[in-house]
Amino acid sequence: MLDTLQLLFVWAPVVNIQLILEGIFIGAIFALSAYGLALVWGVMNIKNLAQGDFVIMGGYMAFGLNMYGVPLFIILPIVLVTMFAYGWIIYLLMIKRILDQDMFVSLLATFGLSLLMQQVINRIYGPEVQTIDMRLPVFEMFDGMVTVPSSKLLALLLAAVIALAVVIFMKRSRTGQAIRATAQDPRAARVLGINVDRIYAFTFAFNSALCGAAGVLVSIIFVIQPFYGITYSMGSFAIVTAAGLGNLPAVIVSAFGIGLFTKYCGFFESAYEYAAPVAVLLAVLMWRQVRMRKNRQVVR
Amino acid sequence: MTFKRYTVALGAMLAVGVAGAAAPAMAKVEGDTIILGSSISLTGKYATNGLHTQRGYDYAVKVINEAGGVNVGGKSYKLAVKYYDDESTPARGAQLAERLIQQDGVEYMLGPYSSGMTKAIAPVSEKFGVPMVEAEGASRSLFTQGYKYLFAVLSTTDLYLPMAIEMAAASTDDPSKLRVAVAFEGDPFTADIRAGVLEKLAEYDMKVIVDDQLPADLSDMSTTLTKVKALKPDLLIVSGHSKGAATAARQIDEMKINVPIIALTHCEAAKVQEKFPNAATGFMCPTQWVENISKSDKYFGSASDWNAGFKKEYGEFYPTSVPYQAAQASAAVIVWKEAFEAANSFDKDKVRDAISAVEMETFYGDIKFSAAGNNIAKPMFMRQIQTDGSYKLIEKFGDMIYPRNVNY
Repeated sequence: MLDTLQLLFVWAPVVNIQLILEGIFIGAIFALSAYGLALVWGVMNIKNLAQGDFVIMGGYMAFGLNMYGVPLFIILPIVLVTMFAYGWIIYLLMIKRILDQDMFVSLLATFGLSLLMQQVINRIYGPEVQTIDMRLPVFEMFDGMVTVPSSKLLALLLAAVIALAVVIFMKRSRTGQAIRATAQDPRAARVLGINVDRIYAFTFAFNSALCGAAGVLVSIIFVIQPFYGITYSMGSFAIVTAAGLGNLPAVIVSAFGIGLFTKYCGFFESAYEYAAPVAVLLAVLMWRQVRMRKNRQVVR
Repeated sequence: MTFKRYTVALGAMLAVGVAGAAAPAMAKVEGDTIILGSSISLTGKYATNGLHTQRGYDYAVKVINEAGGVNVGGKSYKLAVKYYDDESTPARGAQLAERLIQQDGVEYMLGPYSSGMTKAIAPVSEKFGVPMVEAEGASRSLFTQGYKYLFAVLSTTDLYLPMAIEMAAASTDDPSKLRVAVAFEGDPFTADIRAGVLEKLAEYDMKVIVDDQLPADLSDMSTTLTKVKALKPDLLIVSGHSKGAATAARQIDEMKINVPIIALTHCEAAKVQEKFPNAATGFMCPTQWVENISKSDKYFGSASDWNAGFKKEYGEFYPTSVPYQAAQASAAVIVWKEAFEAANSFDKDKVRDAISAVEMETFYGDIKFSAAGNNIAKPMFMRQIQTDGSYKLIEKFGDMIYPRNVNY
């Protein structure tokens, strides 16, 4: 522990730069899937435990297309469209039926979906770890102590473009406004002529497409495996819990925060990296409990 | 009338019962065929290696049968294997082992794939006193349970990586000055490998400067590698199944890690030499078997003969190299043949004693079992990945490229 602290702050402070960069890269991916989760949660009150599996599915689609030599700038739109359609189908087959049920039904149903997706991906692609190696150059800084692969920079740029597009879409487009209206009050939205069913279907499909995009990025900068979804589900849940629902700037800040936190924890011991989002989740929930208790008023 | 009907029913039940009880006795040796049983992973996460194993068994059975089969009591018997698919699930494996023994009457078992599955099945075969020769469960902990009926032809996990440490020690006059970074997954199989490594490092008094536990869903190990980069160890050891090898290779490449010796397990299974040809150059990779060792037996000939024969039979699945999992599966079948002939009997306890006394050379290497059941005659082999992606057998320090020569 002391050695690691010394390493960070005395012997080789430049490793901080590497850790911060890694935190930003993972944060960008978390931000995409977490925003999708926040949307579905906020608009439809569905807690999608299969969120990470949607990410992995997007990754495998990218991997599959890459095997046929399809370039990345074509892979991304194909995955976005296909995942959007897949999300719409899952909504019609399953999510629609559990909309008004209680929380445990949505948790159980999406957990089942998660297991099913893992097994189907495993069946199609096998259990081996896969990745798309674009063989792009790697930049070196500080005498080679910090390395930045251009594939990660590319992923960061794509994530930023997608996030910007999402912000503009949600603010400016009629559908985006309808989604926000439905999130605020579905009954009022219905009264005002919004087809709420359609908005629900669109929101779920939109989330699926966002996860698909995150998956494409994961496949070009990390590795994918059919059972890796849980990492992204946990990260997304922690971020959304910390940031609150439907607040994109907060989701982005929280995603980068958790990204950095996991990397610093991982620097002390790799295994902590995966415990970090759960620790944040617990800390936020406990803090909220304490804060709420202060304001709680009891009628005697 | 009622009495008569009950009598008939009772008679029928008894007849079924007697037939049921009699069937297993017939099943172990049916006519001139000896039935071996195996619960193997044909679907699920171990399916790839499960299939390698099954093909290894099948190929050996075919060759031995063509060469005249097994000679017991002056009569020639053929071998056959009864398989069930355990779906890569330990609980199912244990259930199927019980079914093989109790319902199908199998009295001679071949092992499943993986240490985990073997751990689930061994207590069952042990309970029924049925000998099992296994080829795919390397975990050292399998041989500390006091099992009497479990025999393994492969080397145990604690022998996987010590050779890399010996090579590192040979690179300097004072091995105690060497600094080592290790990263292992936390599952029982890898924990066994780690125990062997730490024991060897302590023997040379080497200093462990990074000792990370990698998570099971390992998609990013950049933090470990950041430490490695900052601390510049002399030796880096990584083990975490195929996924660990793939993740490590990818990120060693991206982060341009320059450590003189990098050793990792499961290189071939993860195909690191194909997927990351640049980074994989110079990786030291342990293997149970290589096709160019100078070992042979009378059924398959030399190691390269077995390799050629197996490729002829299953070439469509193995265009480049044959995984060692198939070779060791074939070796397990040879053990059964030798044991039946040495025991000259089908009594399972006599056959068990004959297995325990087996001492022979095979194309796979020497086989001699310790009292605990593991093979103590065969060493592990270490290979280094060359610039062209081929694997070169490293028997001593002079054979290897040191330091690892890689151009990022």
